[in-house]
Amino acid sequence: MTLFFRRTFPLLLTFLFGVAAAIQYYIPHPVSEAALTEVSVWLRIILGFAMILGIASLCHVHYAKIRTRVAGWGYSLVVYLSMLATVAVGLWSSGQEEGTGFGWIYTYALLALQGTMFSMLGFFVASAAFRAFRARSKEAAVLLVAAVVMMFGRVPLGEYLIPAAGPMAGWLLNVLNTAARRGIIIGISLGGIATSIKIIFGIERSYLGGRD
Amino acid sequence: MRALPALLALCFFTLYPVPYALASPLSPPDQFEAFDIPGDGGGSVGLSWRAAPFDEPTLRYQVYMADQAQGPFTRIAEFAANTHYKSDVDRPWWSWDRNKAYHYYQVKSTQDLRLEDSRPYFFKIAVTDGIQTIDGPIQSAVPAPNFFNPAKANNFLLMLLFSAIVLIAIAQAKRHPHIFLRRIPGLDAVEEAIGRATEMGRPILYLTGSDDMSSLSTIAATVILGQVAKKSAAYDTQLQVPHRDPIVMAICQEIVKESYLEAGRPDAYRDDSNFFITNDQFSYTAAVNGIMLRDRPAANFFMGFYYAEALLLAETGAGTGAIQIAGTDADLQLPFFITTCDYTLIGEELYAASAYLSREPVLVGTLRGQDLGKAFLLFSILIGTILATIGGLVGTQAFVPLLQLFRDFK
Repeated sequence: MTLFFRRTFPLLLTFLFGVAAAIQYYIPHPVSEAALTEVSVWLRIILGFAMILGIASLCHVHYAKIRTRVAGWGYSLVVYLSMLATVAVGLWSSGQEEGTGFGWIYTYALLALQGTMFSMLGFFVASAAFRAFRARSKEAAVLLVAAVVMMFGRVPLGEYLIPAAGPMAGWLLNVLNTAARRGIIIGISLGGIATSIKIIFGIERSYLGGRD
Repeated sequence: MRALPALLALCFFTLYPVPYALASPLSPPDQFEAFDIPGDGGGSVGLSWRAAPFDEPTLRYQVYMADQAQGPFTRIAEFAANTHYKSDVDRPWWSWDRNKAYHYYQVKSTQDLRLEDSRPYFFKIAVTDGIQTIDGPIQSAVPAPNFFNPAKANNFLLMLLFSAIVLIAIAQAKRHPHIFLRRIPGLDAVEEAIGRATEMGRPILYLTGSDDMSSLSTIAATVILGQVAKKSAAYDTQLQVPHRDPIVMAICQEIVKESYLEAGRPDAYRDDSNFFITNDQFSYTAAVNGIMLRDRPAANFFMGFYYAEALLLAETGAGTGAIQIAGTDADLQLPFFITTCDYTLIGEELYAASAYLSREPVLVGTLRGQDLGKAFLLFSILIGTILATIGGLVGTQAFVPLLQLFRDFK
C-alpha cells in the first residue's frame, strides 16, 4: 500500500494530467479552458500551503545560524527582524497597501532594493563582456569582432563613423544569430517533447525521489 | 458672371446621382450563408456570400444581426465591397476553403455584442452605394463550441509521429542497450567539479532555476541534482541547494535524501542542505550572491530556467573563482552563461543530462528518438526551403499546401 501511494499513484496522476494537458491544447471547447483554469487554481492553492514549508525552512536555517553563531549570523538576525517587522506592520495595516506602513515598506524598501539589484546588471554585463571579449582564442576573436561590429552598428555615432556597420550588424543579428537561435529552439522543443514523454509514461521517475 | 460657377456646381451635384443610380448594377448578395465557425470555442458565426462583379471600393457591404427572423436588425459592421474575402483568413487548406470568389465576415462575441452558444441568430447582408441600399436574404446560424480544432491537426499528427519515434527508439534501446553517446564536456566535468570541491573542503552550490515544478527545465534540473547529490555523498562534500519555490524545495529534499541513501551515506544527509530563501527574483539573487561571497563554494551549478538574474548569479560565481557548470533552455540567457561559466549545457543537453549521467539504456533510447526527430525536421526544413525558393522565383502557389503542413495555426 505504501509503495502504491509512493510510486504508482503519483505516476498514474502524472500520466493522466500529462495526457490531459497535451490534449487540452487541441480542444477549443470552454470545458477544456475551464479545466485548465481550475487546475491553475489548484496549483495556486497548493503553492499557498507549500509556502508554509518554505517559511518553516527559512526560519529553521536562520535560527540554526543564530544559535550556533556561525560567520555572518548577524545577517540571519536581519532576516528575522525584517520579516517579523513586515508581518507586524502588514497586520497593523490590515494588509492594505495604499497609504499605510505596509505600502511604505513595499515602495520605499523592497522596490528600491529590487531596483538596485537590477541596475547592477549593467555593471555585471560590462565585466562579463570584458572577460568574454579578450581574444585568447580564435573563437573569442570572432566574438570580439562580432561584438565590435554590433556596437558600431547599434549606436548612432558608430554608424556615422562607419556607415556599413549598421547593415552588417543587422545581418549578423537577423541571419547568423537568428539561425543559431532557431537551431537551439528546435533542439529545446524536441528535447522538451522527449522529456515530457519520458515523464508521462513513467520512464523518467527520478524526480519522485530515487528509483524503486 | 460670378453666379455661373455656383450654378454649374449645383447642376452637377443635383444631376450626377440620377444617371449613376440609373446605371447602378447593384443586386442582393448572392449565395449568402451563415454558419458556426468550425473548430472554435463557440461564441462566433461566419458569414459568406459570393463576390459580385460590381464590388468596388465605392460600394459598401453592411452586416445586420437580429435575435429573431423578423428583426429588428442591428447593423454590426460595414466595409468596402472589395475587402473581406475568404482567402484573407489565415487557415490551412484542410480546414478552410480559401476561395477569393467569396466574401467572408466573422461575427465574434464581444463585450458590446454577446453571442450565446446554442442559440439561433439571424443575419443579413446589404449592399449600398450611399444612395441606394439593397438587402440580401436572411440566414440563421447557431454558434456552438467544438471539441477539436482541425487547424491544429498537422500539429497533432506531428506530435503523435514524434512521440511514436521516441517510444520506438526506447523499445529498440531495450533490445540493443549499447548506444553511442557523444561526449558532453559539461556533464563530464560534473565529477571534476565535485572532486575539486572535496579537495578544497568547500561546499557545492546547486541552483534549480527560477521556474516552478511545472517547467520541464526544473524537472531536468532536479534529475541532475539526484546524480550530483549521489556523487557529493560519495565524496562526503557539503551540498547547498537554495530554492525559490517551496514545492521544488520539498521535491529536491526527497531526491537528495534518496541519493544519499543510494550512495550508502544516509548518515551524511543534512535536512537543511535544501533550503528556501524567497520567491522574489532579486531578493533571491542577492541572497545567493551573499552565499557565494561568504561561503565561497568551490563548484556552482546553474541548472534550469533563468531570467535576468542569470548574469548576476554567474558573474558573482566567476568572481569567487568557483568552477561553474550551467545548463539552461532559456535561450536569451545562454550567452551570459557561456561567457561566465566554465561549461554550459545548451538547451537540449540539459534534458539529455539524466540519460548521459545514468547511462540507462531506456533513457539513452529517448536521445536516439530526439536525434531521429531532428533528422526529420532538418530534412523537412531543407525541402521546405527549396520549395519556397522555387515558389517565390516562379511565382507559383503550388507548394503552399505542402508548406502549410509544417505551419503552426491557431
